[in-house]
Amino acid sequence: MSAPGKLPQRGSAGTSTARLQRLLALVPYVVSRKVVGLAETAAAFGVSERELVDDLNLLWCVELRSPDPYCPIDLSYEGGEIVVSQAESMDRPLRLAVDEASALLVALRMLAEIGQVASMSGLDEGQALNRTIAKLEAAAGEAAAPSTQVAIQVDKIAQQAVLDQLRDALARRRRVHLSYYVPGRDEATERDVDPMRLLIVEGRTYLEGWCRRADAVRLFRLDRVLGLDVLEVAAEVPAGAEPKDVDQGLFRPSAADLNVIIELAPLGRWVAEYYPCDSVEDLGDGRLRVALRTPDPGWVRRLALRLGENGKIVAPASLAAQVREDASAALAQYA
Amino acid sequence: MSRRKTERLLGLVVCLLSSPRYLTAVQIRAAVPGYPESFEAFKRMFERDKEELRELGIPLETGLNSSGDDEAGYRIPRQAYVLPEIRLEPDEAAVLSLAARVWRQAELAGAAAGALLKLRAAGVDAEETAETGIEPRLLAGEAAFGPLWEAVRDRRSVTFAYRAVGRSEPQQRHLQPWGVVNRHGRWYVAGHDTVRDAVRVFRLSRIEGDVRFSGPAGSVVVPDGTDVRETVREWDTQPPARRTAILRVRQGAGLGIRRHATVITGSTGAGSTRPADTGAGSTGPADTGAGSTGPADAGAGSTGPADTGRWDTVSVPFSDVSWFAEHVASFGTDVVALEPADLREAVITQLKGALA
Repeated sequence: MSAPGKLPQRGSAGTSTARLQRLLALVPYVVSRKVVGLAETAAAFGVSERELVDDLNLLWCVELRSPDPYCPIDLSYEGGEIVVSQAESMDRPLRLAVDEASALLVALRMLAEIGQVASMSGLDEGQALNRTIAKLEAAAGEAAAPSTQVAIQVDKIAQQAVLDQLRDALARRRRVHLSYYVPGRDEATERDVDPMRLLIVEGRTYLEGWCRRADAVRLFRLDRVLGLDVLEVAAEVPAGAEPKDVDQGLFRPSAADLNVIIELAPLGRWVAEYYPCDSVEDLGDGRLRVALRTPDPGWVRRLALRLGENGKIVAPASLAAQVREDASAALAQYA
Repeated sequence: MSRRKTERLLGLVVCLLSSPRYLTAVQIRAAVPGYPESFEAFKRMFERDKEELRELGIPLETGLNSSGDDEAGYRIPRQAYVLPEIRLEPDEAAVLSLAARVWRQAELAGAAAGALLKLRAAGVDAEETAETGIEPRLLAGEAAFGPLWEAVRDRRSVTFAYRAVGRSEPQQRHLQPWGVVNRHGRWYVAGHDTVRDAVRVFRLSRIEGDVRFSGPAGSVVVPDGTDVRETVREWDTQPPARRTAILRVRQGAGLGIRRHATVITGSTGAGSTRPADTGAGSTGPADTGAGSTGPADAGAGSTGPADTGRWDTVSVPFSDVSWFAEHVASFGTDVVALEPADLREAVITQLKGALA
């Protein structure tokens, strides 16, 4: 038995092998473009111009000694323009590794599965996805095979009509009226939203838009949209409306949130899997103590009723008391 | 220090890639600057260098130039090294950039970025920032993904501690993994459980501690015709809703129930909410003998049973009693289970549990 290694991580650009990979790609990058600017190249490789110049100097200095000393690579970057005049056998990039081919193919197949959504922005007119998948499979050769053993499924959107309407609204830049279900409060809310874009995160589809009720950017899960009307009013997304940085996570706690501590029995452990927790402490015997934050005490009360004996609110005590009152009042209806 | 190493490795690649013949270790030492004088020290360093090149996916071949040679040499065949020609139209390059972004916060981020780099080096203009109006993403996932993907890729069996639902202790499992699937935003691994001798699916978030390889590369055989997506889908799919619950739902509340319900008596509570329309009629016995009251939406003018003023009676299909009882309980005083009796009992037990 052996312990598997870690996959190479982003941001390992400092190591000498990562640098070697970059150098092997740099020469063909310039060769395939004949002449290319320093700034543009540095941006493409995610390095500073100074690092790029250091790379170019290193390439230029490569020397082989036998049978006679010679420099296989000749290049210049005078005036900020890179030209490679001699590249020896390094003029083409290295083949894709299995991990590399798989990362792109798995993602492309996922996009193909949500093809209707992709076509919203005119992205997949003419089957660009299928053409790209075919070309990439051909270029990757054998390295493409294991990619079929990884798949990302996309939730089917029950209300195709809602999606079609949103595509229409986004294309024509129209305001929409949403009737939207908020499970935490078990409420249908009515609001006007100026659509910004669609997000597909972890297989779920969201509308991101400027909510005119909250006067803020909000996300709406499409499977919670109860009804939608495209209004004949132009969408007005304020200039300062920042799309959420998806890479920071969809749901960020705010300072005003309620801090809740819940103890979970083995059958309540799913809470730690489903909701982002600030901390998860193992209490032994399969029990957990989790700390999470929410803007909505009503949501926690419902969660506690759903958990029953499998989850107990430890703090705040007032909320725990409220749950006991809720349960007691509900039980009275069965008397 | 690392610069010298990079220079040496680069020289080694160019040297072996340019040579049509196999070069012996001695010839390589003579050609590539940066190796130590002592032959023993050179051999050790050269071994490590070869290993690093192979890890980068550089095809390093060993062989003899002629049968008369008594020492094997090395070369990198250009054919095996070079990424074949690939030309992408602008729309194809755009979807490629979008695909690379899917992994940005997830485990294969490094691999996706590496692939994009090579494709750009091949002349593809894939802008990483192209705006497309949709943003697909996977979020940072599970620690077990990396080793399980490696195991699937290299066809190796694995062992890990797994805590099944409701278990107080994890159990050691032994699996020949066939594939890794993300479904509803969660990662699963499917394969052959060698101890139970059956197909099994495991959720990655329930794996505790390290995943360890328990067999050599190439030792797992995925049966012909295996579709790992289908395996996971079958495992994860709820049984169809075969039973029907009768519930009382407070008017203007219990919307989460109403969305899947058929109203038997009472109004639809049109005051603050829209009528729940999704698939009504197909889900439950819409025509349950409530002969006196008309269809739900016509109920406005009619007078029903005593408490229709405040409550609706609805029917909802369900499959699993305990799950559905938890769902009903979560609505507190807004929803009361009437039938069947086992559901009613389960809700009462659930509420007593919350009271304790």
